[in-house]
Amino acid sequence: MKALQINQLKKRYKNGTEALKGVDLEVNEGDFFALLGPNGAGKSTTIGIISGLVNKSSGNVQIFDKNLDLDPSTAKSYIGLVPQEFNFNQFEPVKEILINQAGYYGINRRMASKRAEKYLRQLELWDKRRSMARELSGGMKRRLMIARALIHEPRLLILDEPTAGVDIEIRRSMWDFLRTINQQGTTIILTTHYLEEAESLCKNIAIIDHGIAIENTSMRKLLAQLNMETFILYLDKHINDLPQCIPGCGLRIIDQQTLEVDIEKSNSINQVFKTLSEHKINVLSMRNKSNRLEQLFMHLVEKNRHNKELVETLIQTSHENIAVEQP
Amino acid sequence: MTFNEKFNAFKTILVKEYLRFIRIWIQTVLPPAITTALYFVIFGNLIGSQISDIDGYSYMDYIVPGLILMAVITNSYANVVSSFYSAKFQKSIEELLVSPTPNYLILAGFVSGGVARGVIVGIVVTLVAMYFSDIQIHSLTLSFTVFLLTAILFSIAGFINAIFARSFDDITIIPTFVLTPLTYLGGIFYSINMLPEFWQKLSLINPILYMINSFRYGLLGVSDTDISSALFIIIIFIISLFSYALYLLNKGTGIKS
Ligand SMILES: Nc1ncnc2c1ncn2[C@@H]1O[C@H](COP(=O)(O)OP(=O)(O)OP(=O)(O)O)[C@@H](O)[C@H]1O
Ligand SMILES: [Mg+2]
Repeated sequence: MKALQINQLKKRYKNGTEALKGVDLEVNEGDFFALLGPNGAGKSTTIGIISGLVNKSSGNVQIFDKNLDLDPSTAKSYIGLVPQEFNFNQFEPVKEILINQAGYYGINRRMASKRAEKYLRQLELWDKRRSMARELSGGMKRRLMIARALIHEPRLLILDEPTAGVDIEIRRSMWDFLRTINQQGTTIILTTHYLEEAESLCKNIAIIDHGIAIENTSMRKLLAQLNMETFILYLDKHINDLPQCIPGCGLRIIDQQTLEVDIEKSNSINQVFKTLSEHKINVLSMRNKSNRLEQLFMHLVEKNRHNKELVETLIQTSHENIAVEQP
Repeated sequence: MTFNEKFNAFKTILVKEYLRFIRIWIQTVLPPAITTALYFVIFGNLIGSQISDIDGYSYMDYIVPGLILMAVITNSYANVVSSFYSAKFQKSIEELLVSPTPNYLILAGFVSGGVARGVIVGIVVTLVAMYFSDIQIHSLTLSFTVFLLTAILFSIAGFINAIFARSFDDITIIPTFVLTPLTYLGGIFYSINMLPEFWQKLSLINPILYMINSFRYGLLGVSDTDISSALFIIIIFIISLFSYALYLLNKGTGIKS
């Protein structure tokens, strides 16, 4: 079954901003799905519409077997939302926030209290249960919102940049936590600007740019599109001239002891090592220049932008032509 | 949602609203008690002793119903307008908007919170009034009905105000410029029979006049207006404002972009 199906979703805000221009999206049940896109692409708007916080202009949203317009109550009960911005009462104690949220889903207080303990412990917030929300650190507030989203044990968990401003240690423990609940059957949709996070967690991916889904595929297939990888090599000796051309490789000197190498997928880096050792140069260490998904992401977004500009120029020139023709 | 789940959701909102104003009782329950005591001392004792009886009651007794109802009106209104607006302001209203709780229950929950504050403050003010005067209640049922309906009506009105409010200033504009004048001109301190004819007629378009007079009839057995038409007017107001508030909530006015 599909956990989420979005057809031709459009949103124009009151100030005229066209945030979504017809987004199509499908997420399978059990998936760990990445929703990526640059700032202002329309990710939060899409999520807002799915979770009932933003009014759509047109289009269709189906959550599991329920249409959001026809049976909003059931559709909403399937979703747990971790929004991008803090949206709890700053003066409410942590545990109260969870218990009240459970109440809004119809869960009685006794059960709510048990669940609150479970999730506060899992997210390492149990010690803070009596603190007011505003007394938590930024990372704790993010975890509080995750606990709150899970309190009714939703089938679909949507996280809008849950790891923004979270330190690397807690981020990693959040990843483990999310992986575990995904393995237990919760479908997860994640937006993030940390692409290595998406790459390591998610099975499928969509990229939104300017209110359009420009990609919706599996992470494996997407990464396979990338046919070039860049490595940085640290050398033990100064290097003045570039070694002679190695087929399938592009070499650049960064500084006298650092070399940048582009390697096509079909080639092996061994050739580079061999050439260097022939010159009696050893490689001390080596790393990937940047994250693979990051390169692809930049490529896709730039391509989309380029296409857009092309279309705009075409439209403009055609207008100009018409203008010229008319006296 | 099953009936049970709906009940739990409603109870959660109501208890939360109740705890909110009870925790800050020094700001919510105590001030009306002090204000009313001052009214009784100044208007009842000092000035009232110089004024002749109205409809067979001493001035002190005559102003009791109006003062109680004024406290109910301001407090139920203030409770909902500030609670709902601050939920909007802090965005914690989104906790409810993402949940399956239907809009009519959200509205009912907030309104019940306002009614709870109106009733509690009303009772406190009545106790203060009983210290200053010894009124005999003419009809407990009627008094309580009017008291409750008034609390409901002004809680809904506060909710609508909060929906439209865009700043903290907006939640004080209506109470200051509309509610307070209408209450004061609604015959708390005088019988409209004491006014010149033009002002009498004009007073009749003030809905608060009907509430105060029916409540006065409940407590003292005297009124300037007809009781059944007063009750009818209050109920019509409640139904139309509730429907309007629900319409706004369904549309997402002021809470959804
Ligand atoms: N309430 C609003 N009123 C008007 N315009 C809005 C509103 N919210 C968002 N927008 C606009 O809609 C577009 C999409 O915004 P959205 O928040 O969905 O982007 P996003 O992909 O979540 O970006 P980010 O990565 O920065 O969170 C932007 O141009 C934004 O300015
Ligand atoms: Mg966003």
